[in-house]
Amino acid sequence: MQVLSGISINAYLLLSAVLFGIGVLGVLLRRNAIIIFMCIELMLNAINLLLVAFATAFGDAQGQVFVFFIMAVAAAEVAVGLAILTMIYRNTGSVDIEVLNKLKN
Amino acid sequence: MTQYLFYLLSFIAVFCGILVVTSKSPVNSVLYLILTFFAIAGHYVLLNAQFLAAVHVIVYAGAIMVLFLYVIMMMNFNKNAEPSKTPTTQLIACIAGGLLLVTMVGALRVTGTLPVTPTGLKGTGLVENLGKVLFKEFLLPFEISSLLFLAAMTGVVMLGKKNSN
Repeated sequence: MQVLSGISINAYLLLSAVLFGIGVLGVLLRRNAIIIFMCIELMLNAINLLLVAFATAFGDAQGQVFVFFIMAVAAAEVAVGLAILTMIYRNTGSVDIEVLNKLKN
Repeated sequence: MTQYLFYLLSFIAVFCGILVVTSKSPVNSVLYLILTFFAIAGHYVLLNAQFLAAVHVIVYAGAIMVLFLYVIMMMNFNKNAEPSKTPTTQLIACIAGGLLLVTMVGALRVTGTLPVTPTGLKGTGLVENLGKVLFKEFLLPFEISSLLFLAAMTGVVMLGKKNSN
């Protein structure tokens, strides 16, 4: 099952898995909430890449439309999340997630 | 030719992804993440999804990452550097993340290839074809996503207002 000439779908599966793993590692390793947020974006993009690869492999446009919706939801999510982070920074003076482990003052 | 492009773009994406996680300054992380997104946009072009590649560059590199940069520059992190987690926690995090990666790769290795029957539409990723699918089969989700944006917009304005107390 070749997607491009000489590239099989398994290569895209591997690439997406590695990108997703890097994202998970970033979420687990870092303490800065903004970098955790960026790693979530990286994971979303790994899934998007896989959806596009399968859409091309099957010659079907529905996968690409699904990626379109994921992008829309990600844009809304980033806007709301960054607003929440800005409020957190305004109230606590840092975006370190260890400060936020009580969810109240 | 396409093979070499695939490997080059994959290398750039993975390398910059690792740098996003490891770089100390959040601004550097954002810049590396933009490079990763451009590599993924190149993948979309290779996969004949030209419209998605354009939308990806516009939405992610153009809008979302600018938002990230704006928030980071507003927060001014330079005074207090981010303290890192304890070595034990870092080790546990590496083991957990690495195990997830090993599990996924191991599961993918034993996966057989699917029998595929391409419907053979030429130009699947072009605007004409995608627009037809989007406005015929996915009209209701499309309208609901506009509601989602409205809710997100009002929510952000509510959140961003300064508290009176």
